[in-house]
Amino acid sequence: MTATDTHRVIEAVWRIESARLIAGLTRMVRDVGIAEDLAQDALVAALERWPESGVPDKPGAWLMTTAKRRGIDVIRRSARLEDKQAELARGLGPDGAVAPAADAAIDDEVGDDLLSLIFTCCHPVLSTEARIALTLRMLGGLSTEEIARAYLVPSATIGQRISRAKKTLAAAQLPFEVPTGDDLAARLPAVLDVVYLIFNEGYSATAGDDWMRPGLCEDALRLGRILAGLAPREPEVHGLVALMEIQASRIRARLGPDGEPVLLLEQDRARWDYLLIGRGLVALDRAQALGGTTGPYAVQAAIAACHARARSAEETDWVQIVGLYDVLSRIAPSPVVELNRAVALGMAHGPASGLELVDAIAATSALEGYHLLPSVRGDLLAKLGRAEEARAEFARAASLTQNARERALLHARAAGLGHPSTG
Amino acid sequence: MRFMVMIKANADSEAGLMPSEQLLRDMGNYNEELVKAGVMLAGEGLHPSSKGARVRFSPDGKTTVVDGPFTETKELVAGFWILQVKSKEEAMEWVRRVPNTDNVESEIEIRQVFEAEDFGDEFTPELREQEDRLRAEAAKNA
Repeated sequence: MTATDTHRVIEAVWRIESARLIAGLTRMVRDVGIAEDLAQDALVAALERWPESGVPDKPGAWLMTTAKRRGIDVIRRSARLEDKQAELARGLGPDGAVAPAADAAIDDEVGDDLLSLIFTCCHPVLSTEARIALTLRMLGGLSTEEIARAYLVPSATIGQRISRAKKTLAAAQLPFEVPTGDDLAARLPAVLDVVYLIFNEGYSATAGDDWMRPGLCEDALRLGRILAGLAPREPEVHGLVALMEIQASRIRARLGPDGEPVLLLEQDRARWDYLLIGRGLVALDRAQALGGTTGPYAVQAAIAACHARARSAEETDWVQIVGLYDVLSRIAPSPVVELNRAVALGMAHGPASGLELVDAIAATSALEGYHLLPSVRGDLLAKLGRAEEARAEFARAASLTQNARERALLHARAAGLGHPSTG
Repeated sequence: MRFMVMIKANADSEAGLMPSEQLLRDMGNYNEELVKAGVMLAGEGLHPSSKGARVRFSPDGKTTVVDGPFTETKELVAGFWILQVKSKEEAMEWVRRVPNTDNVESEIEIRQVFEAEDFGDEFTPELREQEDRLRAEAAKNA
């Protein structure tokens, strides 16, 4: 095996082990920043040694033992952290080997540590941007460079964001634990939101020349699936996973041959990923069986499932979708939900009823500057045969979107209205 | 990226012998680990080839059905997983952890699944250009 091969293997081991490593170390040193530095040191040690010694049989255990040893060294040198030394030492046998323990107990502990790490990375003391960067780095095992590439920003920006976040967490001296009871109910949505924000940045990129970045969708899905394994009794976790699996099932159908976006109702359903749809429907069943029929993610997943179950766009059960949007606008009211409800209304009961709601939304100016408002309005106007007004709306929507591919699509729709004969 | 990971058959699996209880348990734990890591999309075990069949297509458009069992045991598939991972190395790293409690000689094959990403974001000239631009900007600001 060449050194480059070994480096690739180490990268893979890191992807698999880093979250557990950082979570376990955080439990001991009570500081995510220090824990991550220790884990990184162990990674560097692996990069130095494995090319010569070969990859150990249990690479995760090797990394953990190395990190703990280094942790003790660091703590010995730091009087401030003296009391942590005993705590660290307890995890190690006399020769520095990891003390054996029953497998099941380790599993539970590891699960709790991982969950605590997720809650720490998504803690309300952090900005949303910081939560996203930390979650991808600590739980997704992504490097600073990978996160920067995914978000199209210089890696120095992400590096600073992460180090500031670590400092904020250290200063806040948060307990490293899984919230329980009301606390859990209050803080779980923030965790789910971070995962869904990551997914959405991949699914409909807010910036850049590409309409999607599927790599980020995969990262978010992986995080969501991990979360479902760690908190299997939380219906909204399964609701979120269901939503992401079903949305991700459409990724290859959402791109036309030239990379242009293809809207849901125009997609070739044969190109949908039925493995992911099946997984999404199972996750949705689980969410509903756990009583999660009215969680915002479960309801959105139920809407996505209506589309997934329809073999053609014409078979879509729009009346049921309107009903689900009614629920959603009660439990999670927002102008964007209203806009989607207007689309569904237009499909279920005719464009005039959709337009009525869109005009009501526009009158509140809550969505001013949001390109989808004129885009939806343009679509409804076009269906009502009001081509002139529709064209103006599409042009306005095109001027508002930041995404180059979407802008081209909107211009094309506006132009299409100008030549009804070639429609 | 996705990989199909195939466990090859052996004399026991072809004879329809079930693995030991211990291996079944270890395999269950392993599968749970894959699920909890968010990498396992699907996975199934297959009946012996004696319960299967092959459909042969000849150039003249005719089809012939050949019933199992088939003789080339080591080339047969006895079970598979579909894994979604970041790299081939990660897939291999997961496969190295497959339990082999019964200590039989066996082989597992790893094959990449074609999908959208194969011609997706990482390979578009636009993104590459954009990245170069960002690098240049970052260098300028440094």
